[in-house]
Amino acid sequence: MAEIKHAAYICKGCELGSRLDAAALVKVATKDGKMPLVREHDFLCSAEGVAMIKNDIANEGVTHAAICACSRRAKTEAFNFPTVAVSRGNLREGVIWIRPDTDEARETTQEMAEDYVRMACAEVKAMKVPEGNQNTGTSKTLLVVGGGMSGMTAALEAAKTGYKVVLVEKTGALGGMAGQLWKRIPNREPFKAPMDSGVADLVAQIEADASIKVYLNAVIAKTSGAPGRFRVDIAVESGPTVTEDIGAIIQATGFTPYDVNKLGKLGGGQANVVDQLGLEALAKSANGGAIKRADGKDVKSAVFVQCAGQRDTSGEHLSYCSGHCCATSVKQAMYFKDANPDVETVILFTDLRMPGNNEDFYRAAQNKGIVFRKGEVSNVSGGDTCKVQFKDLILDEDTSTDADIVVLATGMVPTTGPDLDQLSEANRAAEGGDTTAKEQVVQMMSKSVLNLDYRQGPDVPQFKHGFNDSHFICFPYETRRTAIYAAGPVRRPMDIAQAQEDATGAAMKAIQAIENAGLGKAAHPRSGDLSFPSVRLEGCTQCKRCTVECPFGAIDEDEKRFPLFNESRCRRCGTCMGACPVRVISFENYSVNTVGAQIKAVDIPDEFSEKPRVLILACENDAYPALDMAGMNRNAYDPFVRIIPVRCLGSVNTIWITDALNSGYDGVMLMGCKHGDQYQCHFVKGSELGRYRMSKVYDTLKGMNLETERLMDLEVAITDVDTLPQKINDYAAKIVEMGMSPFKGL
Amino acid sequence: MTVATNQTILVVGGGIAGMTAALEAAETGKQVVLVEKNPYLGGRTVQLYRYFPKMCHPTCGLEINLRRLKANPRIQVLTMAEVTGISGDKGNYSVNVKLAPRFVNENCTACGECNKAATSEIDDAFNYDLGKVKAAYLPNDMAYPQRYVIDPSVVGTAEGQAIKAACKYGAVDLDMKEEVVTLNAGAIVWATGWQPYDAAKITPYRYGEFKNVITNVEFERLADPHGPTGGKILRPSDGKEAKNVAFIQCAGSRDENHLRHCSRFCCMASLKQTRYVQEAFGDAGKSTIYYIDIRAIDRFEDFYQEVKANPNVSFVKSKVARISEDKNGDPRLWGVNTEGYKRYSEPHDLVVLAVGMEPSVKNVAIPAEVMGDSSGFVMADPSNAGIFGAGCATNALDVNRAVQSATAAALRAVQVVNQVARAEA
Repeated sequence: MAEIKHAAYICKGCELGSRLDAAALVKVATKDGKMPLVREHDFLCSAEGVAMIKNDIANEGVTHAAICACSRRAKTEAFNFPTVAVSRGNLREGVIWIRPDTDEARETTQEMAEDYVRMACAEVKAMKVPEGNQNTGTSKTLLVVGGGMSGMTAALEAAKTGYKVVLVEKTGALGGMAGQLWKRIPNREPFKAPMDSGVADLVAQIEADASIKVYLNAVIAKTSGAPGRFRVDIAVESGPTVTEDIGAIIQATGFTPYDVNKLGKLGGGQANVVDQLGLEALAKSANGGAIKRADGKDVKSAVFVQCAGQRDTSGEHLSYCSGHCCATSVKQAMYFKDANPDVETVILFTDLRMPGNNEDFYRAAQNKGIVFRKGEVSNVSGGDTCKVQFKDLILDEDTSTDADIVVLATGMVPTTGPDLDQLSEANRAAEGGDTTAKEQVVQMMSKSVLNLDYRQGPDVPQFKHGFNDSHFICFPYETRRTAIYAAGPVRRPMDIAQAQEDATGAAMKAIQAIENAGLGKAAHPRSGDLSFPSVRLEGCTQCKRCTVECPFGAIDEDEKRFPLFNESRCRRCGTCMGACPVRVISFENYSVNTVGAQIKAVDIPDEFSEKPRVLILACENDAYPALDMAGMNRNAYDPFVRIIPVRCLGSVNTIWITDALNSGYDGVMLMGCKHGDQYQCHFVKGSELGRYRMSKVYDTLKGMNLETERLMDLEVAITDVDTLPQKINDYAAKIVEMGMSPFKGL
Repeated sequence: MTVATNQTILVVGGGIAGMTAALEAAETGKQVVLVEKNPYLGGRTVQLYRYFPKMCHPTCGLEINLRRLKANPRIQVLTMAEVTGISGDKGNYSVNVKLAPRFVNENCTACGECNKAATSEIDDAFNYDLGKVKAAYLPNDMAYPQRYVIDPSVVGTAEGQAIKAACKYGAVDLDMKEEVVTLNAGAIVWATGWQPYDAAKITPYRYGEFKNVITNVEFERLADPHGPTGGKILRPSDGKEAKNVAFIQCAGSRDENHLRHCSRFCCMASLKQTRYVQEAFGDAGKSTIYYIDIRAIDRFEDFYQEVKANPNVSFVKSKVARISEDKNGDPRLWGVNTEGYKRYSEPHDLVVLAVGMEPSVKNVAIPAEVMGDSSGFVMADPSNAGIFGAGCATNALDVNRAVQSATAAALRAVQVVNQVARAEA
């Protein structure tokens, strides 16, 4: 291990030199920060300033640098020294830009800057340059679960990129739901007629590709390990179980159609009332000729009922829309019209949803004489002559129509596996001896797709309506299981064109996960981060909080019930570190100590000074940028706050709060992202878990005879640029009103 | 100096799709050059106030993407840059990129002294020209590169000299000239995004003539606290609070005289914007959506149902025939509610046209042979060789579909450069 040498750099540019006493800051870094080397510079981010730091690294042996200049979000290209530990003292956005340039403000502004210098020095001394996860996997093979359109596409695209693929399909043939279609919705100009599904072509390509190994009639019996080193047991029907070494996984298990028998009012289960797949089967057997009913009779009229058991507000059926069904009904009506233009086809809809170039497909349907009626269907009866009763919303009247066949456009139900929350509840009850719960567990486990040997359950956590969890807008591929991606309708309802695009994207993410696991680097959102959690097992009390709370299921328990970290599953949010009551979990560059040392480094004036101190722990993803932008807009806020960015509210260990209050801080403010259904936390559950933990701190405060208001939890969005300063000021005013902490100077 | 080889992926367009494609490829170990026309990254998403359906803020995801970018040495970013020529073939393209002068170099610390020195004002493009900025400006608070821009109008003037003198760091360089650089690339991801359809072409709606007829993208800026009205929904003609807002769907979309296609995002955008009206005025805020079909596809249906349950939002099934203007400046909508065939003539405080998406660079305008659909969106086709469309350059998409598309495009580009690497190994 090379010798450690600390250095601090004080920038005087951007008015830092004129607004602050730089000489005093140098003194603080030397004396309080105990930095053996301290330099000031008029323009630290200039080529010359950067060269000075680089020279110190090369010739003075500097290994740790505290750069006291602008925000850590600014000038990142200039202050990029990958071989040394770097902390940033935010004197610009965090001090001079949020304080008025007046004589009265000068003293408190300087005190603020001095504290940030102390904090930057303390932080960097507690940091190490991360060396990367040594426990990396070497498998570069992708596992694709599901051999439908999405799965086949993902497999082929990965193979084209140069990766080996193992494709596991439950049934005896590739093709999935798309294989049951007569034709597909067009995805090319002129968007006027149904086209070949392309399934046969994909199957042929897969069969011809030596880098894709296909298991038919096979399911995943067990998945253990971590990205880059998954071990997957594949149970093949009437054969031995095979084990494959896998780097990353794509779940492309698709959907099942909503059970049409649940739609009794719409004629589900009655003669000549079919769902869309039912009609595809009839079209396939007609093979391009006139479609006949199951009883062999010609069809002279067909009615399509859209949103059958979908967009349902009663709570009885699916509440969402499956997206493809309008275009699918148009396609199926064309099957009839193309074979015989005299067949009457009526599509009953409330909103016709055919986005993009499907509009041309819709126009083509109108030109072919397909009738569209805006109506709400109340009742369907099957039989030799089917009857459809509906309210015509245009004519504003109740009416009905007869048809030889009725097609119900039912929705997609994702095949995500059991809901993990329900499963763990059933597990708890089963452990308590509840026999029905035991059966429930067995029944739920039989639905598992991945059979993950993870502490937190066998499958990927779900979001709304049973689809795979994801960030949904900006980062749609991110599930809560690292290197396991969902593709196709298992993720959200979608048509073939979208599923193929989705599968290609999922293959991209899986390949990326494989490559980064191999290098010991984190996956999204801290992509490239080489740090990983290490645990001091001798101090561990086996409380299981880390294994239960990790939002990404990264931590298992070993035979002795100690936490077993799977570094390449870890996303580096620090939730485990925040959860640990005995503080034995840390990252090389982010630990209880890197933050704790900063808290301790702040100078706490005595109780007669009228200078309170408020600690703010701010989420670095949203709150901290908002504070930076407040600075850029020169929105002033209270000079008595000291802000420390944290990776996520979930990483906040309660010791920071109790230590701060014990050492004389007058208040602590937490700033984190929104949680709940519309969560904005980039670690999904981090802010929620952090908040839950904080609720327990209030009891500790009571035990200390402190007002609970001395801890404040604020939900902050990145756009709260103008309102956040006011909220800080309000809180600071409240602290003043409450009086100084009795713990000062103790 | 930009370094690029035939194993480099060139991404054209730095909006959400381009950034995603660049990041996904770079995080897989590939070299990427990202070319953006604006002086900043983020594209149209940064100009949105909130995203549907979570009502969260686009800058939240942008912050993560920017951090990924700052941490990744494999991506080189060229802003104020446009591709003017492409030659060569898959695996070995030669691309000309025109760089417009920013008049500010990398010395810039974003301290803002140049802005203080500037006296003249120019239209604020970031706010769709609804406001003004000084001629030395940072395009927005999240702008990356975090570097000011000097408008060419002050070059050669006394003001320009004053701006230059105000910078202590030698960052202002008024002698910068437009230049063209030539880059090598193995594959190209074309992610130039979309532009709102020109509402003035829909003549019966009198956009540009009636001040209180605006577009959906402009409404985003009105609702944004960092927009020209400080987030107050004020109508342009007289600054009156716009409490009774009409949204006209399919303004230009689903119309063979304008855009043939359905632009997909506009229904959700208007549903979202009714929430802005509700937030601003509570029960005093009323929204009316004039629509043909409400296309709240798949999981978005929940959001539609929530808005539908709001008694302050009404829905009229109608393609609005025309707009007139009352004496007090109220735009008046004329048409027929096809549900029950009722004629209407309704005044509103403000009309928001839900204009559709068209590609900002149509396939025929790309300096290479690229297949397109009837609207000029890039279509996937083997004849496009090593050029792959991504995001709204390929289709009218919402944000998460654009991200999906970009992630897929990144893989297609990676396939090409991997092939090149294998051939050269």
